Amino acid sequence: MSTVVNFDKVVAVAGGFPVLAGLDLEIVKGEIVHLRGSNGAGKTSFMRVCAGLIPVSGGYANVLGFDMRDDRRSPRRHIGLLGHDNHLYKDLWVREHVEFRAAAIGADAGDAGAALRRLGLPDRLWSVPIERLSAGQRRRVAIASMLVGRPQLWLLDEPHAALDHEGRELLDEILVEAASSGATVVFASHERDLSKSVATRVVTLQGGRLLEDSGAA
Amino acid sequence: MLREALLVARKDLRVEWRSKVTLGHVAPLALLILVVFAFAFDANARLLELGAGGLYWVAVLFGGTLLIQRAFDVETEDGNFDAFRMSAIGAPSLFLGKSLGIFLQVVVLELVLVPGIALLYNVRIENWVLLLSAAVGGTLAFSVCGVLWGAMAAGLRVRATLLPLLLVPVLAPILLAGSRAFETALGVRAEAGWTWTSLMFVIAAVHTAIGLGTFGFLLEEG
Amino acid sequence: MTQALGNRHMTATPTTRVLGAVALVAVLLMALLGLVVSPADAVQGQAVRMLYLHVPSIWIAYGAFVLTSLSSALFLVRSRRRHDGGRHYDRLAGSAAEVGVIFTGITLATGMLWGRVTWGTYWQWDARLTTTVLLFVTYLGYLALRRLPADPMTRGRRAAVMALISFVNVPIVHYSVDWWRTLHQKASLSVGRRPEITGEMYWTLLYSTLAVTIVAIWLIVHRYRVIRLEEMRDEEALEALIASRLKEDDVQA
Repeated sequence: MSTVVNFDKVVAVAGGFPVLAGLDLEIVKGEIVHLRGSNGAGKTSFMRVCAGLIPVSGGYANVLGFDMRDDRRSPRRHIGLLGHDNHLYKDLWVREHVEFRAAAIGADAGDAGAALRRLGLPDRLWSVPIERLSAGQRRRVAIASMLVGRPQLWLLDEPHAALDHEGRELLDEILVEAASSGATVVFASHERDLSKSVATRVVTLQGGRLLEDSGAA
Repeated sequence: MLREALLVARKDLRVEWRSKVTLGHVAPLALLILVVFAFAFDANARLLELGAGGLYWVAVLFGGTLLIQRAFDVETEDGNFDAFRMSAIGAPSLFLGKSLGIFLQVVVLELVLVPGIALLYNVRIENWVLLLSAAVGGTLAFSVCGVLWGAMAAGLRVRATLLPLLLVPVLAPILLAGSRAFETALGVRAEAGWTWTSLMFVIAAVHTAIGLGTFGFLLEEG
Repeated sequence: MTQALGNRHMTATPTTRVLGAVALVAVLLMALLGLVVSPADAVQGQAVRMLYLHVPSIWIAYGAFVLTSLSSALFLVRSRRRHDGGRHYDRLAGSAAEVGVIFTGITLATGMLWGRVTWGTYWQWDARLTTTVLLFVTYLGYLALRRLPADPMTRGRRAAVMALISFVNVPIVHYSVDWWRTLHQKASLSVGRRPEITGEMYWTLLYSTLAVTIVAIWLIVHRYRVIRLEEMRDEEALEALIASRLKEDDVQA
């Protein structure tokens, strides 16, 4: 059982504020972790530290085998991060955008079609400029862009938020598929039901530290 | 690295193609600036003819700065810089790709402006080779400098007002060199057009080298 | 420099007190030499005395600029090794830039006044004045960039990159403007010939440069210390915040 994320008393500072104040957390491969906590608890910051976007000021952090204090850039291409933003180019067509994201991560541009289909986006939408899509459809394109890169670690911030019922079910299926094919999933969400439907573990943060942990699966 | 740079450039150009900002907004604006200069100079034909070289470059640099702003707005709008940080595209490739994209967009702008000054300011192009070389050199220098400095101001709330302030001392030599080279090419003055042109290429080369080395620092946050 | 900062309310230490006293005396002497002792120029009369402030100011303007660029380079190198490394270089870059912009301003002001007296106009598009204006604007841009709110390392890095690029750009500006104006030299006659500096005037100028340099160093040291104190205050606030976050969880749990 290999450890994907190992945080030991991690302190991280962003914008002059300690967003993580001594976080201890270990996540192993194949888990689907539901991250909970009130606003400002550190959910987004935790994911950004895992992605290597925020440096570690104290403690020890290891992600995908990389010591984040020494090298926080190398693990990034194996990690998929979906924040509150969708990271979309509004002027591009749906297909063009996902193909670009695929090429940018070093994947085959041809995988774009498969990813879009998996997210339930029909062929007829592929030549539509992203700015004409609804919020839910855009979220699906964003998730497809992540899916196409086949990351080893999925970090998603409120991924279910804009999606309709069908979209949520699709996303849950995709997350379970990803975990069973060797990836690890961490998603932050305020919605409680998700813990029962898809997550294997529930972790609650508060004040930049761990509050509750339902335990490793 | 080149492959990744081309990927970025192609993406930028496609965004431009779909939104048609260069052709639709900036080129007409730049042409309008040429017209406005005529108002400012009281339509004095001799003055305009003498100043055509300089006025051309003012219009190009002004329009170009707007394009640079836009190029970075496209990335900061939806948190796209994060996506770049998470991708396999290195900072130097991003730098080259964006510079190439801007270069081509400004060339389109200039394709409109050269006939513009020929028409509005009644100038004759005596030395086409010099004119084109100077245009290429100046555009190259502008693109590289603009992207480098644009990145420095990117993501900042005050970037729209800060970027021009930062850019002016950098663009001054380009404006100087471009204007003098154009004046020679237009037969208005007998300056050392080729020396000025080579200066612009040197500026482009120097800033490319610096950009490749420092873009990584600019892309990182924290 | 900062180990001596035991006292949080002042930035003075025994060393700088001595330096300050020396600077004060040096400036008084400089005024004496410049205004009274040294002779008036044959051609320019009393106006030449302006140069005793103008020329050293240019020297400081460029010297501080070089210092800022050098510190910025060192900061970038150090920040690669340790994520929080090299902060003292960043502070030095900032202090030097602030002193530099002041002296660039003085250069411009004295240059314009001198020009008014000798050429009859406040402004001439000659190489020196034009380049100095662009240096001034570069400084202003750099300081504006440093003022933007951000995490200190990000802000420092961004400013450092700007300083390095500017370091390359300023000579380019200098060269192109210089060349531009020499081409036009043939046309205009009165670009303002700098007077011949000999004898007492030469030594006064040299001494003035030394005096102004001492003042500049004194200013940089104190500005550096003020920045250091500001950062120490921010760091302590941060530590307090971290501590209170740790405590609030213990209380709740």
